[in-house]
Amino acid sequence: MNPVNYLYLAALLFTIGAAGVLIRRNAIVVFMCVELMLNACNLAFVCFSRLHGNLDGQVIAFFTMVVAAAEVVVGLAIIVSLFRSRHSASVDDASLMKL
Amino acid sequence: MSSSAVHSLWTTAAEGKLDKIPAPHIEYAQLAPTLIVVGAAIVGILVEAFVPRRSRYYVQVFLSVVALAAAFAAVVGLAAGGYGTTKAHIAAMGAIAVDGPALFLQGTILLASIVAVFTFAERRLDPVAHGNKVDSFAAQAASVPGSDSEKAAVKAGFTTTEVFPLALFAISGMLVFPSANDLLTLFVALEVFSLPLYLLCALARRKRLMSQEAAVKYFLLGAFSSAFLLFGIALLYGYAGSVSYATIADVVSGSVQNVNPALAGTMGNDALLLIGGAMILMGLLFKVGAVPFHMWTPDVYQGAPTPVTGFMAAATKVAAFGALLRLLYVVLPGMSWDWRPVMWGVAIITMLGGAVVAITQTDIKRLLAYSSIAHAGFILAGVIATNADGISSVLFYLGAYSFVTIGAFAVVTLVRDAGGEATHLSKWAGLGRRSPLVAAVFAVFLLAFAGIPLTSGFSGKFAVFKAAAEGGAGALVVVGVVSSAVAAFFYIRVIVLMFFSEPKADGPTVAVPSPLTMTAIGVGVAVTLVLGVAPQYFLDLAHSAGVFVR
Repeated sequence: MNPVNYLYLAALLFTIGAAGVLIRRNAIVVFMCVELMLNACNLAFVCFSRLHGNLDGQVIAFFTMVVAAAEVVVGLAIIVSLFRSRHSASVDDASLMKL
Repeated sequence: MSSSAVHSLWTTAAEGKLDKIPAPHIEYAQLAPTLIVVGAAIVGILVEAFVPRRSRYYVQVFLSVVALAAAFAAVVGLAAGGYGTTKAHIAAMGAIAVDGPALFLQGTILLASIVAVFTFAERRLDPVAHGNKVDSFAAQAASVPGSDSEKAAVKAGFTTTEVFPLALFAISGMLVFPSANDLLTLFVALEVFSLPLYLLCALARRKRLMSQEAAVKYFLLGAFSSAFLLFGIALLYGYAGSVSYATIADVVSGSVQNVNPALAGTMGNDALLLIGGAMILMGLLFKVGAVPFHMWTPDVYQGAPTPVTGFMAAATKVAAFGALLRLLYVVLPGMSWDWRPVMWGVAIITMLGGAVVAITQTDIKRLLAYSSIAHAGFILAGVIATNADGISSVLFYLGAYSFVTIGAFAVVTLVRDAGGEATHLSKWAGLGRRSPLVAAVFAVFLLAFAGIPLTSGFSGKFAVFKAAAEGGAGALVVVGVVSSAVAAFFYIRVIVLMFFSEPKADGPTVAVPSPLTMTAIGVGVAVTLVLGVAPQYFLDLAHSAGVFVR
């Protein structure tokens, strides 16, 4: 199978994630969409790694996983603290500073 | 490449003896500034775990300031050893560049961070609560605002001393960011400095709901933009087959001739280069707060604890512009015909957008946020110059701007009423009558932002616009001067409000700070005046530092 097809899949996943960030309203779901975008990047890295025949892309995918894990820790801490004080994780409700 | 050859890359014959993997060669001495800061941050975490609560604050402040000063000394040592000029080279197996711009920006970040840590450590602004001094940060970040557990934490005198290690981690990422020499290091450094900043934004003692909201907005948008950056990196990796800056630059300029025919679909594919480059630029422009990626700036600047806002506004901008400069000047000079028009557009709408929207603001922190957007536009004008003066003028501007910003936000922390900081502009009316010194200092900072002669803002703007004009961006200079004039209007309006209107009866009080904040403000005023009156030495320094290694 042509590996370029995986690139199309990566681009598709990235687009789905980006669209999800823009249209979903729950902070947790928005965050999951960001994770989907990061995983799409991983797929692209691994696919390019296969195409080029060097291992850089696969190593970068590991780094991305670690970064994504760290991001989950920080992000969930912030979203949970917001939820506990407002009883809502909706990004639309968080509008104290709207002009 | 045949599929069996590719397969042999990650499999090995069972009977063959594996060669020893050579250990990477790391120049620890040249990475000392970053390593010192990371080490101090880790020690800071241990301090949180083992030192009694009562003495943590003193230990953390001491540790942070000593580590930052030591790191700055290391930067000066490296620069004196010629690593900024003649001995500039690429360290850590190609991951980190040790050269003039990197050292200059690292020095700027470290000095600005020392001043910012002073404002973090300020504990005299709020009245003493239950016999305990309080700082700008939440007593216990995990407790729900207004709950019993929060009251209990305040009563017990808890303080979030974790802010110091968090700030140190952020600073370590910022030190690597402008010196990153491959795209993977760039991405990791971006996350290392962003994640602690998201947390710091959520830790305000007063107005905690706003603070948490700012953190959520910053986090979600920051993660969104870094995903774009990462996908851009993936595409550039596909384009060049490497994430090293030098290799990508070679492929962009077409000096690599031996393209594997099997890779004709990806390597050297212009679609990958253009889309990938645009997405990486998007990620970096988000961090510098350029229009149209600026939407987070006003909300985050307003909601975050003011010392954090000052730190973020100064140090993040320095680090992000350093990385942007290196990317455009080292990696993508071969396609400057493609990125220059885009950056022209971004610079123009950033300068005008920031200056025009700032006019309608009624909150001093939001006003400073839009002013920082406009300043990002001015710095972008220098970036677009694509000549040697472009680099040095941007370096100088960043140095001048960061101290003014920290000083201005430090003044904002002083003007208080019962609810904490009085940030609404109407509260600032007549401040000059009530406390002339604070108002005068703030006026100096505003004049520097406006770029009035004899302040650092003027020297910086002059250098940047001169470089832009010489680089063939004359129209950009005209737009810059016009938006400077627009911006001057709202800076002067605040000065008029402070000095020429009657103070209100229920107006805010001006807190008398400890020597820590006084030092921060004093350094800001001193840098503003010195760089305004006698900028030549620092311009020469920036000029001699303004050569990238590749």
